[in-house]
Amino acid sequence: MSATSELVLAVRASKRYGDCVALRDARLEVKGGTVHAVVGENGAGKSTLLKVVYGLVRADAGELTLGGDRVDLARHGVVAAQAKGVGMVHQHGMLVPTLSLAENAALGHERLRHGLLDLAAAERELEAAASALEQPLDGGALAGALTVGEQQRAEIVMAVARARRVLILDEPTALLAPREVDRLLAMLRMIADAGCAVVLVTHKLDEVAAVADAVTVLRAGATVAELPRGTPTQDVARAMVGGEPPPPGAAPPPPAAGAPVVLAVRRPGVELEVKAGEIVGIAGIEGNGQRELVHGLAGLAPGATRDPTVAHVAEDRQLHGLVLDGTLADNVMLGRDAEVRRGWRIDRERVRALTERSLAALDVRPPAPALPARALSGGNQQKLVVARELGRPGVRAVVAAQPTRGVDIAAQAVIHDRLRAAAEAGAAVLVVSADLDELFALCHRVAVMHRGAIAGELAGDELRAPDARARLGAWMVGARVEGA
Amino acid sequence: MRRELEAAAIALLATMAAGSVLMVIAGASPLEVWGTLLAETLGDRYGAGQVLFRATPLVLTGLAVAVPLRAGLVNIGGEGQMIAAALACAVVAAAIPVATPAVLALPLALLAAAAAGGAVGAATGALRVHRGAHEVIVAILLNAIIAGVALWLGNEWLFVGDATRTATIVPGARFAELGITGSSASWSILVALGAAGAVGWIQTRSITGYRWRMIGANPEAARAGGLAVARERVVAMAAAGALAGLAGAHFVLGHKHAFEEGLGRNQGFIGIAVALLAQGRAGGILVSALVFGMLAQGGLEVAELVPKEVVDVLQAVVVLVAAATLGRRGAPGAAVSS
Repeated sequence: MSATSELVLAVRASKRYGDCVALRDARLEVKGGTVHAVVGENGAGKSTLLKVVYGLVRADAGELTLGGDRVDLARHGVVAAQAKGVGMVHQHGMLVPTLSLAENAALGHERLRHGLLDLAAAERELEAAASALEQPLDGGALAGALTVGEQQRAEIVMAVARARRVLILDEPTALLAPREVDRLLAMLRMIADAGCAVVLVTHKLDEVAAVADAVTVLRAGATVAELPRGTPTQDVARAMVGGEPPPPGAAPPPPAAGAPVVLAVRRPGVELEVKAGEIVGIAGIEGNGQRELVHGLAGLAPGATRDPTVAHVAEDRQLHGLVLDGTLADNVMLGRDAEVRRGWRIDRERVRALTERSLAALDVRPPAPALPARALSGGNQQKLVVARELGRPGVRAVVAAQPTRGVDIAAQAVIHDRLRAAAEAGAAVLVVSADLDELFALCHRVAVMHRGAIAGELAGDELRAPDARARLGAWMVGARVEGA
Repeated sequence: MRRELEAAAIALLATMAAGSVLMVIAGASPLEVWGTLLAETLGDRYGAGQVLFRATPLVLTGLAVAVPLRAGLVNIGGEGQMIAAALACAVVAAAIPVATPAVLALPLALLAAAAAGGAVGAATGALRVHRGAHEVIVAILLNAIIAGVALWLGNEWLFVGDATRTATIVPGARFAELGITGSSASWSILVALGAAGAVGWIQTRSITGYRWRMIGANPEAARAGGLAVARERVVAMAAAGALAGLAGAHFVLGHKHAFEEGLGRNQGFIGIAVALLAQGRAGGILVSALVFGMLAQGGLEVAELVPKEVVDVLQAVVVLVAAATLGRRGAPGAAVSS
């Protein structure tokens, strides 16, 4: 990296969605050959700003300069952005799972030979690009057969092949295991050293500290700080939230020895018990059986019905958590309509009371009961789900899958507090998370799932020991429990 | 709501425009045709009575589409549900003692219709939720099966004399005519109004309507939230079948006083158009059934001026434009899912 490298991306943009201001003259300036982190809370406008750059979102006003050329924002689009050497890797994978990696790479950029698709060339190019980045991959492999981390590396390789100037990554580490995160960050550094500007949108400040040469902080749609490398993480966090970040909570006192077992799973490879008052974490790379475990407990298996005393914070809030076209009130009473009914009739007064109580409990913003859930930011959608589920009457157990994925620090603190409070109130809490920091902050015990089975478990002092992260990480990628 | 009213208004205006073009092509004066159509339906007591008569079953078949649509199911089985119900209704209303008073005979006959239609609807829903058979395919097949079975039952046992017609029902089971200058409009219109009122209440005020709406908008979240999606959907389809069944009862009790081959034909299908134009809302269905009733009645009145097919085409144009208008302004699929 050289500090004198030229500015390859400069953007200023404003954008409104109806009454909601997404960007108010937000600015970002990125130099070539650097890794530039863009941080901010949910709804701060990070993704929107970079989608303006990539041509996915049309700004209402602003200006964009790419590689020294002014771009007309009114005519900007994805094709134009790609032609200018901009690439973007999205938070959720965009690979077609039933196609091979080479076919995915060729999609939309098909090369013809004698009038036929030249897949061999696509495969050669992809594999060459991959080895240049020291990320060897098999172009013939089916995308759907790869792990999330492998898919993502493949997507980045594809994007880099086309992104000569600017590579944008939108929260790329949300789904990755620690070892994969390290590998990804090293790869980003290599891409930047080759001269490309790497823009990393993230919530995770330790990643920022590890890799970013510069940090731009957005808050409420505006750029509030531009910080150099080496800025203390605390200062970055303060700029993000506009004040002191909430202090991390501590795990509640462990349950008494005689506490009854509330949640129990017993099948080959998985023996799991969660006692009343206990918080147990399930770590692991996604796709190792966590989803099946959660679905079994939450009554989502085919033919099963749900136990109403088990609160379920669904991993996919837009699929299983919320009815996006329903109002906030509709969503608060989903599965809880017994509390608001009077005979066959909906008692509107009770709906109003329940909704106000629930939105206030988790500080859902804006607390407008008639608003469609779709209009909330991701973090507030998640708070809405947590409010409904943990507010269920007579909850004996909580099953929370990725409860703070894509959620900002403030909302994360609120959700963690509620999970701790549920345990203290006597519920058995199971938290499935790809984020080890979250599990360390919450849990009495953490088990690791690998290939559908529990590979190992740490509790008490072992969990607080300095090597805990390394041991859990090793189990996540298939190491055996010592002595087993 | 306002957007939907706009869409309906645009649909009607566009329909008039498209109709006018067709009329010119057919060599008629649009002004004359529309004038006749309006004069003979709204400007004339007999015509107005006939519009009410034609709108009555359309309200019911429209509701039969609207109810499951909310829960995310498409009911195109109104035709079969209606025929099964009409046959059951005619058999029951003819089998009871001749002297049965109306207070007993009418509810009994309506119940028979609702039960038979409801059973067909429930079967369609059950095949969908328990066997994964798509309700549209199932309904198409059931429509054909029921039409055939009804004819076979009739020919074998139920039709009297040489006619394809069952025995006449008892006097107590008949809906009297409203007495609008010789029109066929009967008191069965009260059944349609009552059903629309009930569906409107269910859609907006009841727990069941709320559940159907959630299930229609996101069945996965509804199931994860703890709703019995399969059961609710079967109930919605059963209710739809019962509503279509009441349309069958309208023809038997309020008009033909027997089951006849071909009775009520196509009313189940037009109900789909009625429901789509009304965006599935019960209040809107009353209006949209009147529009389709007018087109049906007016089409007969202008038959001397333009080919009948011109008016038939207009019925489809109304829906097409309504769907396109909502689709352009709202989210994809808004015309169906709202």
